[in-house]
Amino acid sequence: MSWVNAIIQGILVGGLYALFACGLSLMFGVMKVVNLAHGDLAVVAGYIAIGVITVTHIPVLWSFLIVVPVMAVLGYVLQRTILQGALDRSVLATLMVTFGLSVVIENGLLQFFTANTRGIGTGLALVSGSFSIGSIQIGYLLVVIFATAVVVLLGLQYFLSASRYGRLIRAVADDKEAAQLAGADYRHVFGIAAAVAFGTVALGGIAYGMYAQLAPTTGTDTILLFAFAAVVIGGLGSLWGTLLGGVVLGVAQQIGAQISISDETLAGFIVFLAVLALRPQGLISRGAQS
Amino acid sequence: MSLATETTARPVEQFRVSRSRRNVIWTGAGALIVVVVLALFPYIVHSGTTSILVQAFIVLTMASMWNLLAGYAGLVSVGQQAFVGLGAYFVLILALNGTSPFAALPVAAIGSGVAALPLWWLVSRLRSGYFAIATWVLAATVMLIIEKFSSIGGGTGMPLPGFAGFDPTLLTAYTYWAGLAVTVVAMLAIYLLLRGRLGLVLTAIRDDEVAARSSGARVGLARMLVFVVAGAGCGAAGGLLAISQLQVQPGAVFSIQWTAEMAFVTIIGGLGTIEGPILGTVVYMVLQQTLASYNAWYLIILGLVAIFMALFARRGLWGLVDARLNLRLFPVGYWLRLDK
Repeated sequence: MSWVNAIIQGILVGGLYALFACGLSLMFGVMKVVNLAHGDLAVVAGYIAIGVITVTHIPVLWSFLIVVPVMAVLGYVLQRTILQGALDRSVLATLMVTFGLSVVIENGLLQFFTANTRGIGTGLALVSGSFSIGSIQIGYLLVVIFATAVVVLLGLQYFLSASRYGRLIRAVADDKEAAQLAGADYRHVFGIAAAVAFGTVALGGIAYGMYAQLAPTTGTDTILLFAFAAVVIGGLGSLWGTLLGGVVLGVAQQIGAQISISDETLAGFIVFLAVLALRPQGLISRGAQS
Repeated sequence: MSLATETTARPVEQFRVSRSRRNVIWTGAGALIVVVVLALFPYIVHSGTTSILVQAFIVLTMASMWNLLAGYAGLVSVGQQAFVGLGAYFVLILALNGTSPFAALPVAAIGSGVAALPLWWLVSRLRSGYFAIATWVLAATVMLIIEKFSSIGGGTGMPLPGFAGFDPTLLTAYTYWAGLAVTVVAMLAIYLLLRGRLGLVLTAIRDDEVAARSSGARVGLARMLVFVVAGAGCGAAGGLLAISQLQVQPGAVFSIQWTAEMAFVTIIGGLGTIEGPILGTVVYMVLQQTLASYNAWYLIILGLVAIFMALFARRGLWGLVDARLNLRLFPVGYWLRLDK
């Protein structure tokens, strides 16, 4: 029974990883930017949420109403300034700039907020409560996070396929010069795409802060690497692939944890490496690798 | 056709191709003098100074390797800490089996280089950004695997044995000489590689990868060779790190901080020049020594300067020097000189 439990927990945690991964995938798909500061920005969002909750005493769950817009604005501004600046130079420059950003944010958090771990809404019924089906205990929080991930992915799909800005984003992602000639300001569209991606990053950061604990190093050693593993397992450039990748990663980790509690992370990475070795195009293949 | 006749009609004496404007002998002699003077340091300066210089040697070796990867082969690896850690563990394992840690250094370099081969096979399918994060995941995986072996310290690490008979002053001096030797060998290897066929292929790839491929340049092989050399170099630096700290801790030797330092030093000094990492290491050491009491601040400042450089001075500090003086201490390209 513990194996069934592990698989169910793994599937649900997969929703959290998909939440991490979809922003990374979106930014790469549209701007060809691999944002190495992705995870650290999620931690920043989590810390903002903690600050907002402490100061305004709003209910924990509603903190996203403030944090998501704040991060979206930050995303737009970052994209229009240093990320676009790096893009205008070279792909190499975007990697150096986002890696620099990652190290600066991580050490900045370490300097100002110490290495202590912080949780969001610890002690809430939603965070610690659970219900049981037979002998399997399922936390309310994981179900909420998984549902959020599905809603976010549905929303992203609708946004990209049906809305005006979504069409612009796809046009610019396909051929930014042609889109520019047709009257779309691709820099502004990139900014919008970054704002959307940062919005998902904010949700990921808050969700992780409720599910586990946030520390300055969480951004890289957990969020960025898991997000990336989910993207590769699912298939580069596929939106629903991130959910599949997240679920596979989550299940692998939970099964690893069943074997030995210290093998949780390693098991996930080994599945990632196996996919990289045997099926580098990912489980859902779009044929395109870059 | 007319072009061909025109070029053959021109007398050959009108231009010459050389490595450098100035004579390489002088920079070679200069480099030799610097190395000899540095080798005499343990006799003239305080052991505190040599310890700081060992740190500089480690950073310079790692940065030169990262420069080879990113600056010449276009491979941005953020997982070079995998090789730093592997090098440290090679030294630890050999020392546990009775080999002198100093004698283990070449083994650490070769071992890390060999380990780079399977890792290259895994990540070589990915390009630019995805390559970068994949190397990061690899480094995390290598650390998690090594932590599983309790005989080499497991998750907590262990002190490095093999120094029982050493006099402390002599140990500092030996560590310093080992550091100098590693750095000199690493820089010389990079210089010779870039002057040779590999350098030519890499330059061709940098200018136009498709054209290089269609001219028969073996792009994949060249990149693999660079990855292996960089792995070996970072392994040697990691072995040196273990010796200078007298202990090996997985969290410390596999820290992303190493890659951050090598990347920032290279970007600040000048990406794609051999001189860049040297200049960058000087800046790094000055910052680190002045800000040593402010914990993470030196990395924050280093990171901010690197971001600024990547955006506004792509060729780094050495690029600024070169633009004024047209100076190359380690010429790896060619210079076309037209006589009147």
